Amino acid sequence: MATNGDATLKVVPVRHPGRWVGVGVALLFIAMLVHTLFSRVPRGQGSCHPAAGVATCWRFSWNDVGQYITTSTILHGLLLTLELTPLAMIIGIVLGVILAVMRLSPNRLLSSTAWSYTWFFRGTPVFVQLYFWLYIALLYPTFTIGIPFLHYVPFTHVAFWHLDSNSIFNPFKAAVVALGLNEAAYMSEIARSGLIAVDEGQVEAATAIGMTRGQTLRLVVLPQAMRVIIPPTGNEVISMLKTSSLASAIGVTELLGASANIYNANYKIMALLIVASLWYLLVTTVLSIGQFYLERRFAKGALRTPPPTPIQRLRRDLKGVLEKFTVGHRQIVEVGQ
Amino acid sequence: MTHPMVEARGVHKSYGGVEVLKGVDLTVVRGEVTCLIGPSGSGKSTLLRCINHLEKHDSGELRVEGHLIGYEARDGKLYELNDKQICSERAQIGMVFQRFNLFQHLTVLDNITIGQVKVKGIGQQAAAVKARELLARVGLESKEKHYPSQLSGGQQQRVAIARALAMEPKLMLFDEPTSALDPELVGEVLDVMKDLARSGMTMIVVTHEMNFAREVANTVYFLDQGVIEESGDPKSVLSSPSSPRLKSFLSKVL
Repeated sequence: MATNGDATLKVVPVRHPGRWVGVGVALLFIAMLVHTLFSRVPRGQGSCHPAAGVATCWRFSWNDVGQYITTSTILHGLLLTLELTPLAMIIGIVLGVILAVMRLSPNRLLSSTAWSYTWFFRGTPVFVQLYFWLYIALLYPTFTIGIPFLHYVPFTHVAFWHLDSNSIFNPFKAAVVALGLNEAAYMSEIARSGLIAVDEGQVEAATAIGMTRGQTLRLVVLPQAMRVIIPPTGNEVISMLKTSSLASAIGVTELLGASANIYNANYKIMALLIVASLWYLLVTTVLSIGQFYLERRFAKGALRTPPPTPIQRLRRDLKGVLEKFTVGHRQIVEVGQ
Repeated sequence: MTHPMVEARGVHKSYGGVEVLKGVDLTVVRGEVTCLIGPSGSGKSTLLRCINHLEKHDSGELRVEGHLIGYEARDGKLYELNDKQICSERAQIGMVFQRFNLFQHLTVLDNITIGQVKVKGIGQQAAAVKARELLARVGLESKEKHYPSQLSGGQQQRVAIARALAMEPKLMLFDEPTSALDPELVGEVLDVMKDLARSGMTMIVVTHEMNFAREVANTVYFLDQGVIEESGDPKSVLSSPSSPRLKSFLSKVL
C-alpha cells in the first residue's frame, strides 16, 4: 500500500449516497405502516360499531383481537392445525422419499409409476383432492382387504377384513390423507433433487466396501442428501401449515375454520382474520427457528466451520461494538498499515 | 492347486458401442504389486473397476482366487450373483479412488468403522480400536474427530486407504491415487502405499507415477486402446520398451 513510510494514513470508507436515499424512503414507509396499524377511527366508521361505548376505536380492532386470540374455539382450531400439518407432512415426506427412490430406479416401470404419481397429484387442485377423499365412499361403499382379482373366480372370494368406507373417512382423516398424498408429489421432487446432488463417488465408495444398495442409500446417500432436502422441506412445512386451512372447506374446524365460525356469527371479520394470521405467524416463526438448527445439524462435514447461531452472532456483534467503543480509532490505524 | 490372486482372460467391455477393453489378459500373483500404466482412455481404470465388479464386463473370464467375479458357473451357464453375494465379494477387495470419496458426513473415525460395523458386523468398540490402529499406521492418529473437508488431499487419501484396509482385504485396488493431489502431497500417499507393499499386500495400482512403478512394482502392464501392449518387470518395460506406442507414451510422461 503506502510506500512513503507514513504508517498513520487514515482509511476513509467509500460513501453510498444512494443507499441513504433508500434508507430514508424505507423509514418513511415503516413510519406510515406503524401509524396506520395503531390509528383510531371515530364511532360509526369501519369496524367501530355506532353503538360502541367509546368515541373512537382501533382501526384494526386490537381490542377484539386481544379478546378472541385465546378463546377456546380458536385454541381448539389451532390444535387441529398443529395435528393436521405434521401428520400430512409425515405421509408426504415418507411417500415422497419412496417415490424419489423409485423415480431414480433403473427399472422403467418403477420410475414411470413414480413420475405418473407426481404428474397426477401435482396436476389436480388440492381442493378437489380434499373433496375426493371425503366422498370416497361414493366410489367404494365398502373397503375390503383380500386377495386382488380373486373375486372374478367363482367360489374363491377371500376377504380378511371388511369396512364401511363412511366409517374410515371422517373429514379430519380425509384431510390428512388428501394433504399428505398431495404433498408427497412435491416432496418426491425435493427428495429427488437431494439424491441427485450427492456425488456419484460416494455411492462407489460405499459399494466398494461391500455395502448393499439399501445400506448405501440409508447410510451414505440419504444423510448427505438431507442437507439439500431440508431447506425446501422447511418451506413445505410452512406452506402446509397454511394449506391445511383448506380443510375447513370439508368441515374440519382448524384455525381458519374456527375463526370463520366466529366471524360468521358476530361479523368481526377483520379481527378474527388477524387472530388467525397472528397464530400462523407465531407458528411459522417457531418452525423457522427449528429449521435453522436442523440445517446446522445436517451441514456437518459439508462446511469447515458451521455458521454461527443467531445467539452466537448477537454475542459476537455486541463484543464487536464494545471493542469499537473502547479501542476506537486505533484499529483504523492498524488497518491502514 | 493354488490360484493366482487375479486372473483375467479375454476381458471385453463396451460403453454404448465404444469398446473400452478389447480382450485383456492379466495375471496378478499373491503378494505382488502390479502397476497398470497407459494414456487416459486406454481402459486401465475400467479394468480395475471390473475386478471388483463396479463395472460388469461383457465377456471373458475374470477370477479372483479362482472364483469368477460377479458370476457363478453352474450347469455350463454363468449365473449373475445377487446384490448380497456380490457385496460380500467386494468387501474382500479394497479400493482407493482418485478423488478419495470419503463419506463427507462422517468423521474420519466413522469413515473407517462404518464398513466394519455395517458390512462385517463387528462391534463398534472393536471397530474403533482397529480404526485407531490403522490411523496410526497412516500417520493420522490425531485427526479421528475431523471431517474429511477439514483435511488436505493427501490426508484424505491416507484415510481412504485406512478405510479400505479396515475391511481386511486380500487385494487392494488403487485407481490413480495421487492424480488429484498437489505435487507436494504425493509423497506422503506413496509412502503409505510402499509400506503396504512391503507388508505383503497384493496390490493393483493404476498410476502415472513412473518412479513408483519402477521402484515398487513386480509387474507393469502397459494398456493402450483397450489392449495390453506390453508387460513384464518394470526395469525392462520402463527402461527398454519394445513397442513404439510405449516408447512414445514414456517420452511424454517421463
